[in-house]
Amino acid sequence: MHTKSLLPLLMIIVLLCILPAACTAVAAPVGEASEPARLILATTTSTQDSGLLEYLLPDFEKAYNAKIEVIAVGSGQALQTGKDGNADVLLVHSPAAEKTFMEEGHGVRREDVMYNDFVIAGPESDPAKINGLTSAVEAFKAIASAQALFVSRGDDSGTHVKEKSIWKAAGIEPSGGWYFQAGDSMGAVLAMSDEKSAYTLSDRATYLALAKKGLALKVMVEGDPVLFNPYGVIAVNPAKSAKINNGLANRFIDWIISVPVQEKIAHFGNEKFGQSLFVPDSGPWKAANP
Amino acid sequence: MQQIWQGILQGLRLLFTGDPALWRIILLSAKVSGAALLISAVMGIPLGAILGLVKFPGKRLIQAAIYTGMGLPPVVVGLAVYLLLSRNGILGPLNLPWVPELFTVPAMVLAQVILATPLVAGYTMTAVAEVDPALRLQMQSLGASHAQSLLAVLREAHLGVIVALVGGLGGIISEVGAVMMVGGNVEGSTRVLTTAIMLETRRGNFDLAIGLGFVLLLLAFLINVGAAHLLGKEH
Amino acid sequence: MAPVFRLESAKKSYAGRTVVDIDRLEIDPGEFLAIVGPSGAGKSTLLRLLNFLEYPDSGKIYYAGQASSPALPLELRRQVTTVFQRPVLLRDNVENNVAYGLRLRGLRDCHAEVRAVLGRLGLGKLHRAQARSLSSGEAQRVALARAIVLQPAVLLLDEPSANLDPYNIGLIEDMLREIHQAGRTTVLLVTHNIFQAKRLAQRTALMLEGRIIEISPTSEFFENPRDRRTRAFVNGEMIY
Repeated sequence: MHTKSLLPLLMIIVLLCILPAACTAVAAPVGEASEPARLILATTTSTQDSGLLEYLLPDFEKAYNAKIEVIAVGSGQALQTGKDGNADVLLVHSPAAEKTFMEEGHGVRREDVMYNDFVIAGPESDPAKINGLTSAVEAFKAIASAQALFVSRGDDSGTHVKEKSIWKAAGIEPSGGWYFQAGDSMGAVLAMSDEKSAYTLSDRATYLALAKKGLALKVMVEGDPVLFNPYGVIAVNPAKSAKINNGLANRFIDWIISVPVQEKIAHFGNEKFGQSLFVPDSGPWKAANP
Repeated sequence: MQQIWQGILQGLRLLFTGDPALWRIILLSAKVSGAALLISAVMGIPLGAILGLVKFPGKRLIQAAIYTGMGLPPVVVGLAVYLLLSRNGILGPLNLPWVPELFTVPAMVLAQVILATPLVAGYTMTAVAEVDPALRLQMQSLGASHAQSLLAVLREAHLGVIVALVGGLGGIISEVGAVMMVGGNVEGSTRVLTTAIMLETRRGNFDLAIGLGFVLLLLAFLINVGAAHLLGKEH
Repeated sequence: MAPVFRLESAKKSYAGRTVVDIDRLEIDPGEFLAIVGPSGAGKSTLLRLLNFLEYPDSGKIYYAGQASSPALPLELRRQVTTVFQRPVLLRDNVENNVAYGLRLRGLRDCHAEVRAVLGRLGLGKLHRAQARSLSSGEAQRVALARAIVLQPAVLLLDEPSANLDPYNIGLIEDMLREIHQAGRTTVLLVTHNIFQAKRLAQRTALMLEGRIIEISPTSEFFENPRDRRTRAFVNGEMIY
């Protein structure tokens, strides 16, 4: 048959690829009556990557018949998603940017949630001799003067912003062959630093997760209050879009700052790493644990 | 090296133990890219055929646009679609029922359609242009109308059109920039293979990431084997 | 009898160069006309004009009393077909290639007709062969088969046996004679082979630089040419 050639062949190949699509594509976006309410949470990658959200959120989803859609991106992008009205609630760690966000009216409510901390990690050989220093600024000065290799996130993430603020406090404009700007995720930057035997600034959660998988870098400096990394939760201004679910966002905020959930946050990581990754810090928690 | 083997083994184990999360991710990848390919085929094949066969003013400009579109960085397309669909973007505020919301499957399909259509149209255009130009005249001489002779050329080029579809599918099933930006990698609803790989890499689960990468590779390989089988039957 | 084709001051040019410029030409129904001439004389363009694949820039070409134009109905167009010097076959088997024109005309079941024509051209055993696997002689016979299976009112042939071996030339010429003698088909053969024209045609014309120089009964054309250029061409003395 002459007419056989084109159409059936195309049909076969297309069908092979999209068999599942054909069945479900139409049904997928349509909601059912009993479908849970949708809450879009834009957050930084650290909360997702550490596993904290998977550990916390199912309780909320069950209690409030909600489905939380987690959009885990860089801090800057998470705030921008809120500004665009594309998220209901934000969980981020950029205090200065959060302040501006609130002042400009993009958010209607902000609460402290918790903090984790940054550590300066480096190779065991410690060429800049910073091990045990209590000041992050002093440690950065030592790294710069020793011209020891340092890998920066270089991506304007919260971690990168923190790193730049420490350089600034040290009065150093880092540049030169010893200073790499990776433009990549924390995990990738830690792996790169490990390969290069370089120093880097990392959040504790990602560091611990990778250390458990055989990362050779050691914690050199920790505990300096400069290295604390506070997380805030923000309800996006519902005036931005009729689709923003402000009611559920408020319930989420009430829930995450409540004492039982804060307690749960305090225990996160104990089992896996032998230490907590986040320190609870909400108003109700502080009131209950003065 | 050992990590790579461990990853591949883990990928195979998840695949064959029917890990529901993995299969959901694979099915969603197939669903998103398959639907995008279908739409791209409906638009791109006729467009490519017309550009390959018909002369009209402005054709070179459109051809140049398509060649440019074939090399669009996915993340740029993702950003453009984000701004298009954003609640305070271009289409979002209009609240039209057919405009998908961000962080949903239809939004991902839209982004991939934009990526795949130039690929399908471009490859189709090349395939059609490679058919002997004398064929159309000879078919017309045998009594083919204008449309019938175009159909004959398209039929002659159908191997190239299959290559166009496989190329388009390969281009979108492996991209991460656009689906990450407009899909958001939401677990259970918009997480596909590539964004899952990205997440596991970020988390430092390199072996799981490699395993997922292996699954993606396997999928691409199967698609190509299927296409090669179809092409082989013709020879 | 009314002519099948009538050309009146028909001109065709490409990029300012006049390729066909025929003041007056009539082709009678049922005749076998050969057009000879050197390469570049405009013979192939004339055939494309006569098959309604192109249209004259000025002047008229009438087919069955109707002027050739893009508006010419498909039924009339389908009465004329061409066998080209370099046949392009579909990427399909021989049988489907020959059936193509019949299927365009809505004939679904044309097995018998196709087989009969293939048999007459010595292609009976090749009906399932892929077109790409054919020799050039076989391919040209398939091209002839797909044309004559349509039983056209006018059969145009553009150097159908150039580059072929004597066996294939013989087969094709026998077929052309047979079609012509059946009486329903007007045959117009373009060739640069004057001996082929002599063997087959009732009338022969010399075409040079787009113009018909001389047209006369074949015997007269070869034995008693009126124009000195015809004389030169027939005697192989023309320099081109």
